Amino acid sequence: MTTKITEDATLKKYPPDLFEPVSQHELSDDFTYRSEQSFWQDAWLGLRKNKAAIVGLCIIILVILLAIFGPFMNNHGYDEQNIARTNLPPKVPVLENISFLGLNGVDSRGVDQYKAKGISEYFWFGTDELGRDLWTRIWQGTRISLYIAFLAATIDLIIGVAYGAVSAFYGGRTDHIMQRIIEVLVGIPGLIVNILLILILKPGIISITIAMVIVGWISMARIVRAQILKLKSYEFVLASRTLGASNQRLIWKHLIPNTLGPIIVATTFTIPGAIFTEALLSFIGLGLQPPTASLGTIVNDSYKLLRIYPHGMIFSSIVISLIMISFNLLGDGLRDAFDPKTRK
Amino acid sequence: MKKILEVKNLSVSFNTYNGEVQAVRNVSFDLYEGETLAIVGESGSGKSVTSKSLLRLNPVETTMLKHGQILYNGKDILTCKEQEIRAIRGAEISMIFQDPMTALNPTMTIGSQIAESIKKHTALRGHQITERVIELLQLVGINEADKRYKQYPHQFSGGMRQRIVIAMALACEPRIIIADEPTTALDVSIQAQILELLKNIQKKMNLSIIFITHDLGVVAKMADRVAVMYAGKIIEIGLVDEIFYHCQHPYTQGLLAAMPNPDIETDTLYAIPGTPPNLLHPPNGDAFAARNKQALKIDFLEEPPMFKVSDTHYAATWLLHEQAPKMIPIHQQLALAECNEREKAPVFDTTNPFLSLKGVKQHFKLDKNTINKAVDGITFDIYKGEIFGLVGESGCGKSTTGRSIIGLNIVTAGDIHIDGRNINEAKTRQEKLAFNRKVQMIFQDPYSSLNPRMKIADIISEGLAIHGVPKSEWKIKIYELLNIVGLTKEYANRYPHELSGGQRQRIGIARALAVEPELIIADEPISALDVSIQAQIVNLLKKLQKERGLTYLFIAHDLSMVKYISNRIGVMHRGKIVELAESQELYDHPIHPYTKALLSAIPLPDPKLERERQRIIFNEVEYNATNRESESFTEVRPGHFVMLTEEELTQYHQAISESILQ
Amino acid sequence: MIRYIFTRIGYMIITLFIIILLSFLLMKALPGSPFNDERLPEAQKELLYKKYGLDKPVPIQFGIYLANFVQGDLGVSFVFDNRPVTKIIQERIGASAILGFQAVTVGTLIGLLLGIIAALRHNTIIDYGATVLAVLGISIPSFVFAGFLQYWIGVKLGWLPIAFWNGFEYSILPTIALAVGVVATIARFTRIEMLEVLHQEYILTAKSKGLSNSFIITKHGIRNVLIPIITIIGPLTVNTITGSLVIEKIFSIPGLGEQFVNSIITNDYQLIMGTTIFYAVLFVSVILIIDILYGFIDPRIRVTGGE
Repeated sequence: MTTKITEDATLKKYPPDLFEPVSQHELSDDFTYRSEQSFWQDAWLGLRKNKAAIVGLCIIILVILLAIFGPFMNNHGYDEQNIARTNLPPKVPVLENISFLGLNGVDSRGVDQYKAKGISEYFWFGTDELGRDLWTRIWQGTRISLYIAFLAATIDLIIGVAYGAVSAFYGGRTDHIMQRIIEVLVGIPGLIVNILLILILKPGIISITIAMVIVGWISMARIVRAQILKLKSYEFVLASRTLGASNQRLIWKHLIPNTLGPIIVATTFTIPGAIFTEALLSFIGLGLQPPTASLGTIVNDSYKLLRIYPHGMIFSSIVISLIMISFNLLGDGLRDAFDPKTRK
Repeated sequence: MKKILEVKNLSVSFNTYNGEVQAVRNVSFDLYEGETLAIVGESGSGKSVTSKSLLRLNPVETTMLKHGQILYNGKDILTCKEQEIRAIRGAEISMIFQDPMTALNPTMTIGSQIAESIKKHTALRGHQITERVIELLQLVGINEADKRYKQYPHQFSGGMRQRIVIAMALACEPRIIIADEPTTALDVSIQAQILELLKNIQKKMNLSIIFITHDLGVVAKMADRVAVMYAGKIIEIGLVDEIFYHCQHPYTQGLLAAMPNPDIETDTLYAIPGTPPNLLHPPNGDAFAARNKQALKIDFLEEPPMFKVSDTHYAATWLLHEQAPKMIPIHQQLALAECNEREKAPVFDTTNPFLSLKGVKQHFKLDKNTINKAVDGITFDIYKGEIFGLVGESGCGKSTTGRSIIGLNIVTAGDIHIDGRNINEAKTRQEKLAFNRKVQMIFQDPYSSLNPRMKIADIISEGLAIHGVPKSEWKIKIYELLNIVGLTKEYANRYPHELSGGQRQRIGIARALAVEPELIIADEPISALDVSIQAQIVNLLKKLQKERGLTYLFIAHDLSMVKYISNRIGVMHRGKIVELAESQELYDHPIHPYTKALLSAIPLPDPKLERERQRIIFNEVEYNATNRESESFTEVRPGHFVMLTEEELTQYHQAISESILQ
Repeated sequence: MIRYIFTRIGYMIITLFIIILLSFLLMKALPGSPFNDERLPEAQKELLYKKYGLDKPVPIQFGIYLANFVQGDLGVSFVFDNRPVTKIIQERIGASAILGFQAVTVGTLIGLLLGIIAALRHNTIIDYGATVLAVLGISIPSFVFAGFLQYWIGVKLGWLPIAFWNGFEYSILPTIALAVGVVATIARFTRIEMLEVLHQEYILTAKSKGLSNSFIITKHGIRNVLIPIITIIGPLTVNTITGSLVIEKIFSIPGLGEQFVNSIITNDYQLIMGTTIFYAVLFVSVILIIDILYGFIDPRIRVTGGE
């Protein structure tokens, strides 16, 4: 036996009172594994620890604020054309003194266009080929792009959750038929349907949104169905049923609250997807018609001038990329925060 | 005996999100050639971490080795080079894991998975390897090994996969096998087969086995020596008889007293109060002190050293110090108390059963051509105030039966009467609610049975809300229910994830009690819990039954626990009840071959008994091959029903009359 | 397995049928499509009417359309002097196929490598770097990326040609622009799958056999990671083809995508419909092939039976 026997400890004398039994001490069952937190606080704490997601969230808030207030921050209208001030490079007060930023109104050939054209105003993002202020246009476009994206995501959410929930909740034959429909629909390439529909409906905010929703809700429906099917076999749902709970109660108290996490995450990923699709459609020539502008149409228009006047493309691309990145970061963060596997 | 492995003062910690968890604290033990050392403990006791340390298999990123040595062949496993440890893994020391479903790579044939270590550690090549693989598969009892080695893991059953895992561990004739809960995921009869296989192979190859388990029955069957772990420490170590018959540490004593022994009639189980300590902040002194009713003052101040009881038996408890007062061990106290208050057998009203099933069938359509006959024509009654146990192995239909009774499934055929009324008669919502009030259910999994988004108060009050109890009465009722299940009212404001498994199960019971049911269906209510917590819950269930005159249908796979709690037992096999009798009668005189086999397969926490016991094997193929058309559920002795064919029945009567004549 | 393939093919046919029906109805509905264009010369109108049987009831018209489709006749282009659409697709498909193939293979290989390395170096700088790259790759739209590649590498640095299709070097920039999304998606997915696989118990089993880490990763790890990855290659290929519409336009590549975009701009409906249906067939077949491939590669689906 190599178990080390500390001779002194086993034989050592102790004050005899140490060997008295502890009288009537509480043997209460008061042990907890975790401090008190609600599920939402918990998810928020999880999210807060994810710095990238918080940065994403902040950028999203900033972009939304700019999309709302940006166009009012100067006196130019988004469709206010002026041939006298076409293709001006960006010029920003204060920052114009830092030469490497390129925000001093000097174009790629080294000519100060503001001086050349005799313009004293500052155009923060410059102007486009019709002399429209890009700052105003880009934020106006962002507003429309975000509007389309949120609208599409909301409709996806409503249809998808309803379809998925009904399919999973009622199960059996209902589920079987609804799933066969989905299996057929999921095979239809999304962009093709988008293109066909927009050809019929003619480009516009509503038609683009409808085109995106037509196939967009399917993934949401699948996520919701999978989650509810899983939950349905959970014992807490069975317990509620054995207590005599009505369907409404099961759905609103047990199934939906526990499906919120995946729904929120899926929506977070739907939004950048919709912004991308809208931009892609614009690029194909199926975007919004002028003078209405979305981020996609601005990128498309400014792309044509990229080689001579890159500023338009740069600013619009940065905005669209920032939106996409932030939503993806936030979505990743939310997924981790809601995932019980990462919370122990 | 030759010492083969030496563990000295091993301490292992994990870096977790919340801080350092001291999973193993200063553990020392030796392993001798040819012996089986069992390490027993509850979840979180550090037994698994200890065993993985022996091969340095704990995850590298999070594990902190605090200090210690593991000496094998004069080499320290903890500090040797990566190449050296790889030469030991699989060749000298190999490992068997708990879950055979995940321990095998699903995309590789079993043959090539076994061949890997042969290729790595031996000089065999080409067809020699294949021959060796086949030989190994034959050794672990896989038929048609020459064909089946080319198959994938999913083509084998759980028990077969565990045999394959064992074949893999044996591939290079190692000297030590570490088996980490190798039978926990298996049914009792498969468990018995696997344990016997390990024993035979050990004898053949003179292996040393380190057997990690939480099941004291398995320990009694397998071990030569036993180390008991609690809160990351070995608190007692000794020969198997010393631990089972002369244990010194109050935890070991409590653990043994918490397990029902079917051979001893008892009325209450000893339940260790409380829950194990959090190893993020291990307590001072004896970690068990806070749960120990016999704790001394010194237990809270100073850590007890290992006291020597005999040359082979050591225990870390201050009770062994010469200054300590002499106390009667917990299990003996219990036995003394038992003698005083043995209860009379209860009498039930057998004419008006509370629950009555007649020819109930529950079939599920899997696809167009296959039907799963989960429950295939069962008939039994449960009397008011009775505890009826329903046992069987996984997939026998026992849980489905429970769910059909409570109306979670609509039965395919047959009648279910509760309190004299057919449950199908309840058509209106009011009638259905009245039915829900009478019958409630307690579920198996304490983690999925509570809605993670609801507070405990809301979970308990759900029944009150559904059954229209005025809101003003909820609060008092919730506190009362929490009190009944042994929790304080502070729990009302918490969320389920803040509670331990045992506490969650108490909440599940409180939820069921909220609507004041008369019949409770308990579907494996304790199988996910640790032994000491199991006893708490079983005692609670028994107490509630006595105080409130409840009727239980107790569904479980653990026959010893069912026998302990139930008045009568039904044994289910393949959707049918094959035997039904009073629990003592069933235990003493099993008639159906399946019951006999099941009873003999349960490992009992009594090593002497285990050494003498012979296992009865139920030959399923042969059983199914006999013509079962004529089988019927016959009362062969008073209240003892068996599913037998006419032929078997005549054989039985013959045997009886012969034994009377003799 | 065979039943599985037949069910899949069944769904594919229904899906295709719906797409064809949709595009047929669209053609009927659209003003200015060849069927009801008033500017169309009488002779040509008659020819069309005869060919498509426009004097007959609508369901029969659809039948004829379907029959034509089955025979590989997708109609004629209005802009390109009545050249058959199938002919145009044949001429244009080459460049698109090369581009798509390069982007998917290169993207998948790099993505796999990146994902595996990130998983093996979990929580190190390499892992974080790969994760950041993946997020950027998924987020930044391919046309934005293509524009800037063109501007900096093509125009400013003058290293590579920025337009047209006259040899391998012309395909480099568009391939990169298309592959970025593939790399990012695959890398992300691989990383997550690999981390998951590395925590499986069979990896521990392999380790306990004394196998070396590199052996475990290649034989047990990557093998099990590849199977789920096959499932995303289908949709990814579809995305790449979709993306090629814009990329071909940006780089002026004479491929099918560029043709498609032009036909939208010139309202060449016959060509739009023909190409749409061609794309639909392509997409649906890619998904089908990948599904079947998956069934063959995963032994859990391929081999059944046993105990």
